[in-house]
Amino acid sequence: MNSPLTALPMAQPVPEGAGSFCLPSLNQDFVCGHLETPVGKIPKVESILERRDRLGHFRVRWNIGRDTFTVEPGLYALSCPNTDSPVLVTANYKLTFDLLRQALDGFSCWILVLDTKGVNVWCAAGKGTFGTEELVDRIQASRLHEVVKHRRLIVPQLGATGVAAHSVKQYSGFSVHYGPVMLEDLPAYFRNGNKAEPGMRLKQFPLKERFVLIPVEIMQALQQGLPVILFFLLSAGFFGNSSFFNMLIVHGLPPSLAVLSGIIGGTIFTPLLLPWIPGKAFSMKGALCGLLLFLLVLLPLYGADTHYSSLEKSSWLFICLAVSSWFGMAFTGASTFTSLNGVRKEMLIGLPLQFAALTVGTVMWLTALWLST
Amino acid sequence: MTEFRYLKDVVTLTCDQDKCIGCGMCAVVCPHAVFTIAGKKAQMVRRNLCMECGACMKNCPAGAITVEAGEGCVRGIINELLGIEGPCC
Repeated sequence: MNSPLTALPMAQPVPEGAGSFCLPSLNQDFVCGHLETPVGKIPKVESILERRDRLGHFRVRWNIGRDTFTVEPGLYALSCPNTDSPVLVTANYKLTFDLLRQALDGFSCWILVLDTKGVNVWCAAGKGTFGTEELVDRIQASRLHEVVKHRRLIVPQLGATGVAAHSVKQYSGFSVHYGPVMLEDLPAYFRNGNKAEPGMRLKQFPLKERFVLIPVEIMQALQQGLPVILFFLLSAGFFGNSSFFNMLIVHGLPPSLAVLSGIIGGTIFTPLLLPWIPGKAFSMKGALCGLLLFLLVLLPLYGADTHYSSLEKSSWLFICLAVSSWFGMAFTGASTFTSLNGVRKEMLIGLPLQFAALTVGTVMWLTALWLST
Repeated sequence: MTEFRYLKDVVTLTCDQDKCIGCGMCAVVCPHAVFTIAGKKAQMVRRNLCMECGACMKNCPAGAITVEAGEGCVRGIINELLGIEGPCC
């Protein structure tokens, strides 16, 4: 066999069936017909999103079923493309695919969906699944040469992390043109003669984008935080000298509130207030948000009728700061401007401090609980 | 629009001026406008804004750019510190 595929130096063995002819199924609920082409029936989609699409988006924004929110990889027709229509490359995360077709209202084009295992373009490019090999394979598998007359692909700019334009040209004959960073800019890009303005090449991180990330951050944080909260509640209930529920509320609730405040500080306040919080390190920004939440939520307990020892009161601060700093730091993974070596550097300092603060806080709280019995 | 800046002097980005052919692909793919082309050579004019995504290195046909690229993901780095092979996010 002398296909371009065999010439491609693979980092990994070629997956079984890679590059062999394959079109996406017509039996997907967002497919609204098909287009007859020399290679067969290409599923057709429209720009209008249905209610069930939007419900799906809401679900994955809350981290529910995100791993399985996919479309079948392969070639799709948006509206009524012909052999001269542009080919846009994207990932098989359904949220990405839906937002792309929605942004292209009024346009006809081909959409080549790569198998990124349901991950968005930028993250998949970082992992290499949105990459040169998959793109070359997918062009072959879709017989794109027979569907369009031209040899141009529009690849999202953020896909460049995984795609080497010169290699794609070498192995498939298609030249890669990097489109704008944001798919909302695609209509302007087309109107501008397939040219991206300098501003379209920049990845910004506006409030709106930070806001939509919050639910996923909260859901992930609760997975880690709820067992810790349970630990504090149950320890207070079981080891106290008073009734289970009385102890649970009096001594278990404040550290639980400290953990919750830390989660809110790290996953809601840090993303929202990101540009305005002092400091560069996210662990620092997270800790400062934790301090703010501590002042708002836990400080009022200092004046409560129950007289807490200063040891117990101090433990809440350590716990709250450790948790919020940790989740603030975790937000680097969702941000658009932090670097691997930057995160590594801040983790080497932040991680031991967070661990120490949580340990100190917990030991102080347990000691206070023990002393109070 | 706010321009975010992360830690200073931490990134591993390098650009070999001798190998650079001035094609400008790095300037096209960089989402933080780290490169400009001056005198037919790529210049790292905003190096501190680099996020080490590796797009420039991947698309440099001359192999002039190096960077330790990777996702700055907390779980991935913890796995790395513990010496575990594991997924990032």
